[in-house]
Amino acid sequence: MINDTGIVVAFYILAATTVGCALMVAFVRELVQAVLFLALAFVGIAGIYIVLSADFVAVVQVLIYAGAVAVLMTFAVMLTPAADRKNSSTAFWAPAAVLAGLVLVIIVFVSYDTNWQIANRPQFGATAAALGEALLKPYVVPFEVASVLLMTAMVGAIVLTKEEEGEDA
Amino acid sequence: MPDILLASVPLEHVLLLGGILFAIGLFVALSKRNAIGILMGVELMLNAVNVTLLAFSRYVVSPRPLDGQVFAVFVITVAAAEAAVALALAVSVYKHRETLNIDEIDLLRW
Repeated sequence: MINDTGIVVAFYILAATTVGCALMVAFVRELVQAVLFLALAFVGIAGIYIVLSADFVAVVQVLIYAGAVAVLMTFAVMLTPAADRKNSSTAFWAPAAVLAGLVLVIIVFVSYDTNWQIANRPQFGATAAALGEALLKPYVVPFEVASVLLMTAMVGAIVLTKEEEGEDA
Repeated sequence: MPDILLASVPLEHVLLLGGILFAIGLFVALSKRNAIGILMGVELMLNAVNVTLLAFSRYVVSPRPLDGQVFAVFVITVAAAEAAVALALAVSVYKHRETLNIDEIDLLRW
């Protein structure tokens, strides 16, 4: 954390960039470009995490989202060459927009209407050690369940994409 | 040292950012024709929720403020698993049907 005014400026710049990239995901023409804008939005969100003093989560965000998930999506686009590469919308785009707008209105209303108990706490500093301790002490059961889930997902992904014997895939 | 961040970026602005990202993600997930596009919307929504969790972890009174960050790590874990399985499903559907257009994948339509 360099200085506080810088952080505030950084927050608004990062927020504007992230929202802009997310809008580009919604409205850009080509699917590949949408994936790239999504990766950019992930990086912007990682910056937001740093502003919110979550350094470990920010690094994880860059590794998992901007790294793995974006590459995975690019692969999925590349592995489906005959599918439509246009980032087009279905006939449901208008009700979807209305629903999304309503959800946004509700979220904004609730967040401004609620009397949040703001704590004037200083920035967290390095959080990796504390997070590791939390994961292995109070949250050890969810941590183990998460590892089983990741294992299951990995096996499931392999089984789903495996070429079956005797099938011309 | 007084924290100017708390005075200058109110919690509501971070929540507003999370809300906007969630709404865009919802719109993308509901409106895209390509299955991979729908997945991108879902990932955006998960990220928006993470922004909100970290904002609460940073701002709001709590006996253990870092718990929000632990939740965010779990959300990222589950999102990674979800992305892997969903993209594998997309590739698998493509192998059988040669399309990812959700208007044409209507086996379950009555």
